[in-house]
Amino acid sequence: MMSLKRPRVALFVTCLVDLFRPTVGFAAIKLLEAAGCAVEVPRLQTCCGQPAFNSGDSETARALARSVVGAFEGYDYVVAPSGSCGGMIKKHFPELFEHEPGWRARAEALAAKTFELVSFLVDVRKLDRVSARFSGTVTYHDSCSGLRELGVKEQPRRLLASVEGLRLVEHADAETCCGFGGTFCVKYPEISTHMVAEKCAQAAKTGAGHLLAGDLGCLLNMAGRMRREGRAVSVRHVAEVLADMAEGPGLGEAAGRWSP
Amino acid sequence: MSAAREAILSRLRAVARETRAGAAAVEARLADRKPNLVPARARQPRRETIDGFRRMAIEASAVVRRIRHTDDIPDAVMAILRSENRPARLAMAPDAMLEALGWNRAMVEIRSGRAEAHDEVGLSVAFAGIAETGTLMMASGPTSPATLGFLPESHIVVLSADDVRGAYEDGWALLRARGGLPRTVNFITGPSRSADIEQKLQMGAHGPRNLHILLIDPDAAEPPGDR
Amino acid sequence: MVAVTSPAFEANARAALVDAKLQKALGHIKDGFVQRRTAAAARLPEFDALRDLAKEIKDHTLDHLDLYLAHFERRVTESGGVVHWCRDAAEARETVLTICHAAGAKSVTKGKSMVGEEIALNDFLEKNGIEPVETDLGEYIIQLRREPPSHIIAPAIHVNKEQVAEAFRAAHTELPADRPLEEPAALLAEARAMLRRKFLAADIGITGANFLIAETGSTVIVTNEGNGDLTQMLPRVHVVLASIEKVVPTLEDVSTILRLLARSATGQEFSVYTTFSTGPRRPADLDGPEQFHVILLDNGRSAMLGTPFQEMLRCIRCGACLNHCPVYGAVGGHAYGWVYPGPMGAVLTPWLVGLDQAKHLPNASTFCGKCESVCPMRIPLPGLMRRLRERAHLERLDAPVARGALAAWSFVARRPRLYCAVAAIAARTLASLGGRAGCLRRLPLARGWMQGRDMPAPEGRTFMAQWRERAR
Repeated sequence: MMSLKRPRVALFVTCLVDLFRPTVGFAAIKLLEAAGCAVEVPRLQTCCGQPAFNSGDSETARALARSVVGAFEGYDYVVAPSGSCGGMIKKHFPELFEHEPGWRARAEALAAKTFELVSFLVDVRKLDRVSARFSGTVTYHDSCSGLRELGVKEQPRRLLASVEGLRLVEHADAETCCGFGGTFCVKYPEISTHMVAEKCAQAAKTGAGHLLAGDLGCLLNMAGRMRREGRAVSVRHVAEVLADMAEGPGLGEAAGRWSP
Repeated sequence: MSAAREAILSRLRAVARETRAGAAAVEARLADRKPNLVPARARQPRRETIDGFRRMAIEASAVVRRIRHTDDIPDAVMAILRSENRPARLAMAPDAMLEALGWNRAMVEIRSGRAEAHDEVGLSVAFAGIAETGTLMMASGPTSPATLGFLPESHIVVLSADDVRGAYEDGWALLRARGGLPRTVNFITGPSRSADIEQKLQMGAHGPRNLHILLIDPDAAEPPGDR
Repeated sequence: MVAVTSPAFEANARAALVDAKLQKALGHIKDGFVQRRTAAAARLPEFDALRDLAKEIKDHTLDHLDLYLAHFERRVTESGGVVHWCRDAAEARETVLTICHAAGAKSVTKGKSMVGEEIALNDFLEKNGIEPVETDLGEYIIQLRREPPSHIIAPAIHVNKEQVAEAFRAAHTELPADRPLEEPAALLAEARAMLRRKFLAADIGITGANFLIAETGSTVIVTNEGNGDLTQMLPRVHVVLASIEKVVPTLEDVSTILRLLARSATGQEFSVYTTFSTGPRRPADLDGPEQFHVILLDNGRSAMLGTPFQEMLRCIRCGACLNHCPVYGAVGGHAYGWVYPGPMGAVLTPWLVGLDQAKHLPNASTFCGKCESVCPMRIPLPGLMRRLRERAHLERLDAPVARGALAAWSFVARRPRLYCAVAAIAARTLASLGGRAGCLRRLPLARGWMQGRDMPAPEGRTFMAQWRERAR
């Protein structure tokens, strides 16, 4: 099924996982190793540069992109537990170098081997099940970049279906933005709040005890809103569930507080 | 305003584009009347095309009545006037076929010509029918005033099954063969409507509330009649 | 002149979010336009292939815009019409006025025209003693309410039926004051009757154009009400307002794009009326206008040509990007502060009123990409908004606070070792602030975030710190 030689996969941790939710990083490593990969974590990584890119600061974005390209181009694959950061590398790095052919070629080469975690597991490593248990009903939010830039839709659902004890119920408008939008949520907080409140209401309406997604930006936003509204919906990254590492508290929860 | 013309055109010309081909390519493209992509539903055999037209027109809220022959038109028109409780008056396109019909002029007052403000019912003949969306193609002209399709509350349109085509492009080909575009070509798909008040669909906004199509379809499998 | 309130986008948006009537009205979009578009697209297997073709057609036309416009002009002239070229809004308004004066016009009916809104024609005509009457029901309602459209295909989508009744009672004073106007049907009937008189009395009819056809010199309008047809067939003079990017080569090309327009806009298979107008009435015709004028307006379009923003000139004004935009859905069209709202407006408005005035619009997007995914013309709207952000950043139009924060973050992010250290401190600090609750309710410098949600606390130690330790 796979080549005998284990592919060398560089984990692009993402700045939000690094800062807020290291568990997601370890979950990603566990899943990648289980899928036959040799995982390495390049030391010289900070951020993909998306905040600068989306703020119109292309100079900073290019500087960060160059350092990501330099640190990651020597691996067989680059995998990020985020459609947003994955999309930045895969779709936007080449755009950044439209006037620098040399860097553009390197960026395109990197883009070609960069993947979002779950789509990498399913589409590249041909995984169709994981060995994990999770007792509870979950609903899944399709993060925008993963869904529309990288085509992540069916892959997480397929793997979730193999988790023992887990039941997935879809919420209405699962493909509608949660209102995070990077700097959008602090530049236009009222609009963002309106959107995330709508998202939380739809997710809660399903009666699911858990809301999952593949992007920590959306997850922090949704978890923050769930907590603010006092809703008993636990929010966490899909990788934690798939890696059987979901025993700890969800985002923004006190240890042992929630048992939905 | 010729200064503006030159200014705009020279700005447009000044933009160098890699993909630009030149005047000859533009002339060639304008002369090439090949359809781009015609959906499969618009490329059906004759019978399916006619039935498809009828189905789509009904879906667009037109009332389609099949008749066997042009001679059946007066009876069908009278039936529509009665069903809508209209006075027995008609603004009719000055079309030779319509005028030659055996109207019982004692029973219905017919004025040939364009529509006027007080007309409640207009009768005209379609240039073609387009099956893919149940669309009537009306070509304005001395025998086909466009007002008949817009001022009256009810518009009755005679369409021969022989003039039903699959795609819009087929309609254009017919029109070009006839010598080019008239002042107005109206594609009409169902009666007038508006959803501008609270997104609730209401029929009869400014144009006709009712659109009746008399489809002359002698070899229809089913018996003639409404819908 | 339509006032530009785009600089006040934030305040506009805040007001819109707490406007209960508006919120209810915006709710109709999802159940209506969005669901119907999805169904209509799914029903036509060739839908996406048609989108590719439509893009190609417009790209090709825009690459040769001068040639196609010249050809269009030639055909209009041959069919007895007149083409007027106008560089900007002022020239277009003057041209309309000149035509009105030449025709001795007192009353003008108008079919819905976004270009008419763009050049603020109604106010101008009124000031010059000519009565302009909007005939699209939605446009008529907002004209009575003296406000700009809030949606490019459903201009009065923000108005409820009680507000329509109120506007009608105030305007139609010749009708009995106690007439019932509760039902939409009564409102429609009243508008139909009132506007019928206007149609019959008008000296000039002005319509917009969804397309211009170079091959034949035809102008095309697409409506459901039939108002655009009555506007152009009853008066002596028909004036078409069109911006220069509306041209397509042939009837075949327009047919391809028409298969996308109604499906993307309202989810209809086809709009009720698609009308192709070629010149004035012919000698033996029994109806139709005696004069046919086409105003070709540039107003900033030529400056977009040959830049990445040329892609925006493919826009066919279907409104799908508005209907599917979660930001538009939250704040409605008026918040955007000018004629064109939503994602298409966020790209176009900065070009037409200036980026300094409209700098908020390209920022007020989460880049969720929904607009691009439904755009029938495959316009990369988020990418173009991002380019506008880039331009604003280069021109130093972004807020000083945001600029400062970005610079500080950038300084740290470019230095991995420093970054690791800062992240480790931040993770520990935030985790301890979160305490046993696992989340923060207050945080200095994060007011925007905290206003609507808590901040989940970090686990405590960064991933990189833990990983280094394990690797040791």
